[in-house]
Amino acid sequence: MKKVAVTGNTGPRIRSDCELKLEIKSSGGIKINLESRVKAMYGNSITRLMKDGLGFFDIKHAFLDVNDSGALPFVHMARLEAAVKTLVKTNKELLPAMSDSNTYPSERERFRFSRLYLPGNTPSMMLNAGLHSPDGIILDLEDSVAPAKKHEARFLVRNALRQVNFYGAERMVRINQGERGFEDLKCVLPHNVHLILVPKCESSEYLKELAKSADSILADNNIKQDIFFMPIIESALGVEKAYEIASAVNNVVAIAIGLEDYTADLGVQRTNEGNESLYARLRLVNAAKAARVQPIDSVFSDVSDTDALKATAKLSKSFGFEGMGCIHPRQIQVIKSSFAPEPEEIKKASEIVQAFREAEEKGLGVVSLGSKMIDLPVVARARRTIDLAEKLNLIPDEPDNQENE
Amino acid sequence: MANKMVRNAAGREVVTEINGQPAVPFKGVGKYKPEGRKYAPRISSCAYYPDDGDKRVKTIKEALVKAGIKNGMTISTHHHFRNGDLLANMLFDAVNELGIKDIRWFPSASFPCHEHLMQYLDNGTIHHIEGSMNGPLGKYVSEGKMKGMAVLRSHGGRYQAVQDGEVEIDIAVIGAPMADPFGNANGLEGDSACGLLGFALADSQYADKVMVVTDNMVPFPCIPWQIQGNYVDFTVEVDKLGIPERIVSGTTKITKSPDRLMLAELTAKFCDAAGIIRDGFSFQSGAGGTSLAVGEFFKAIMKEKGIRARFARGGSNKYLVSMLEEGLVDYILDGQTFDLDGVRSMRENPRHVWTSPFTSYNYHGKGNFAPLVDVAILGATEVDVNFNANVVTHSDGYLLHGIGGWQNCLFSKTVILPLPLVRDRVPVIIDEVTTLCGPGELIDVIVTERGIAVNPLRKDLLEKVRDSGLPLKSVYELKEEAERICGIPEKVQLDDKVIAAIKWVDGTVIDIVRKVKIEK
Repeated sequence: MKKVAVTGNTGPRIRSDCELKLEIKSSGGIKINLESRVKAMYGNSITRLMKDGLGFFDIKHAFLDVNDSGALPFVHMARLEAAVKTLVKTNKELLPAMSDSNTYPSERERFRFSRLYLPGNTPSMMLNAGLHSPDGIILDLEDSVAPAKKHEARFLVRNALRQVNFYGAERMVRINQGERGFEDLKCVLPHNVHLILVPKCESSEYLKELAKSADSILADNNIKQDIFFMPIIESALGVEKAYEIASAVNNVVAIAIGLEDYTADLGVQRTNEGNESLYARLRLVNAAKAARVQPIDSVFSDVSDTDALKATAKLSKSFGFEGMGCIHPRQIQVIKSSFAPEPEEIKKASEIVQAFREAEEKGLGVVSLGSKMIDLPVVARARRTIDLAEKLNLIPDEPDNQENE
Repeated sequence: MANKMVRNAAGREVVTEINGQPAVPFKGVGKYKPEGRKYAPRISSCAYYPDDGDKRVKTIKEALVKAGIKNGMTISTHHHFRNGDLLANMLFDAVNELGIKDIRWFPSASFPCHEHLMQYLDNGTIHHIEGSMNGPLGKYVSEGKMKGMAVLRSHGGRYQAVQDGEVEIDIAVIGAPMADPFGNANGLEGDSACGLLGFALADSQYADKVMVVTDNMVPFPCIPWQIQGNYVDFTVEVDKLGIPERIVSGTTKITKSPDRLMLAELTAKFCDAAGIIRDGFSFQSGAGGTSLAVGEFFKAIMKEKGIRARFARGGSNKYLVSMLEEGLVDYILDGQTFDLDGVRSMRENPRHVWTSPFTSYNYHGKGNFAPLVDVAILGATEVDVNFNANVVTHSDGYLLHGIGGWQNCLFSKTVILPLPLVRDRVPVIIDEVTTLCGPGELIDVIVTERGIAVNPLRKDLLEKVRDSGLPLKSVYELKEEAERICGIPEKVQLDDKVIAAIKWVDGTVIDIVRKVKIEK
């Protein structure tokens, strides 16, 4: 059994985080040593929170060293819980309150143009992420978290889901692969997660198991809400099985491609032009469309090159993708505007919808625009374009003020 | 000795005496009427100066002796070399070697590179500092270790204090990237090039003795003479005045922080919506990452709409220079240059003009440039619900920043503070500022990532942006939002001892800073 647990982060470049060193003793009561940048303003409340937290876990004797760089209370709580659980076996959870702003639902058909990755163990990036208006926020427990930090990241992500306002973004978590992924699910699912990203997905069986596990977690917690899945295809085998994966369970709403790992699997260099992944991307789009889910493209890793990002996103849209990952908030608007319908598209779509309405009113079975017959799927797509344009504030007469909330 | 405290017009309790001199409490913006005549230095005569114009002395120490250095004198320096300055450290090494004590050091600002001088505060060489402090010296002073009381002034306030005789400088030491033996000097050429020497203007005009120290002595004439040798007593050559990369950066870079970019973008959008960005307008934006980015967003809007600004106030940098060179701005009126492009442009482009605190900021003059600026974009450490702002102390009471030109810029037609609402759990909008540096009546807009608050006094601005779709909120809403995120801060406990006085632009005392409490 370990004697001392160290959790969190400290150092000259670390902000909004804290490092805890917890040593459980057999006598002497609770001793807390606090170093904090905000000690003058929050010293007492941090000490109180730590004391109450230790009390919650029935720890009566301990030495706790807190090195704080302006962490918010939900971070302190996560770090403390991780430290305690490194030393003591307990099923208790030290949960911060679920903020009212965090209870909104998602829906299957919502747009997923831009989804912003947030490293799951880096609290400084979480607070303002939603202000940049991504369609989705991904709290990442997988690749962006160092192996030694996986345990503590889980509590931080869970607490962020309860306390951080993501301003309407779809609330996503990328879990780890394999067994650890199931543990992740158990920890985060009860806290209004909308969508789970499943990394390096290569089989429909695994996804089915995850979905089953998710169902039972939701049932145990009396949660009625659906949980969506976005498997990420990151290998040659995954690409071959894309359709099977996309249609494995009903709650898959999108499949994404992860090109860093995919190109590594192929043994080729990833380029900005992306010719090496052309087959995989097109195959993935086809599989997704066949399974009636959204195909989502990989992230673009050169954060400073906005023009290349724009070009990539436009190409991606032309392939049929319906979104991309973002690794920096400044990519969000570029991606959103690249996937947004062009003025010409909007104009045509409204003509189609208008024609359909008129045909309906006249009781006509066949819709036509000019001399062209219009099929129902075309109408559906046109409606989707209008819907999208409205949501993106691209139709001037019907402004949507929600953007500024 | 107890210092009598009075409540000034801003409701702050302030001292009536600073280091033995009487001090006038702040009376309100524009309410204090100065009387009498300006200070005048002694009359000199050419008869006592070398006929060949060669005023060179071998060392700083020798010049100090020739200047008649004595205990208790006031010695001034300037922050043209910013955090790359070597001169102030060399100077006080010499003062220390001479065994002189109780100097009032009167820098235009001090930086972390001056940490070296702490030993001279400890050993009594320096009695106290009157000038902006950035970093370690501020911490030293905050902890109550300095003998005398610090006095912080704006750039304009410093000029005013010298001009009015509030501070009589015995010896001014002016570091010059280029100078001639007569004492003509400028900041444009040489290894220590910093652009201009505007902060030293008052000192050259009013100090009893003036010493120009250079690492780039050229034969007479040094052109242009930003500092006129006719004011100068001695010139000294040294190997090196500063560390170039810390004087000006090779390349200034716009922030990559998405949050700061967002603030900058919102600020520019606000200015656009308020009709501030229009043909012939003028602006001033600081050197911080956010401010630089504001300039870039301004540029994009101006380009798109074909707008040309009449002038921009510097600190200049390559971004502002590019606006000048692309014809988006007619003139840069520069107070200091922050990068090599700024220095180059000032050297080569007659439309890139060097200014001084006298022209830009001096409140006791027949007008100054600051109120002619349409919009100034500034920083702050805190703002309160009455729009009062603090730039010198952190919320924990530590005095860590100088005022710079900040107070002076508050007289611009519109003053905008883009600030993150939350800085690592420190809420930026609070009930009452720790230290008052600028009265709320002069601060018009606070732009945060969670909303924009317009000062209710600016009904005209509110009217203009009402339907802009910008996220307008009241300052109270923003404060509550910050507290919801951070928690309500505990009241910071400070000691009774006053460690610094904050002067307003007219020389009155707007606030004081108390010693922080240090845990045993």
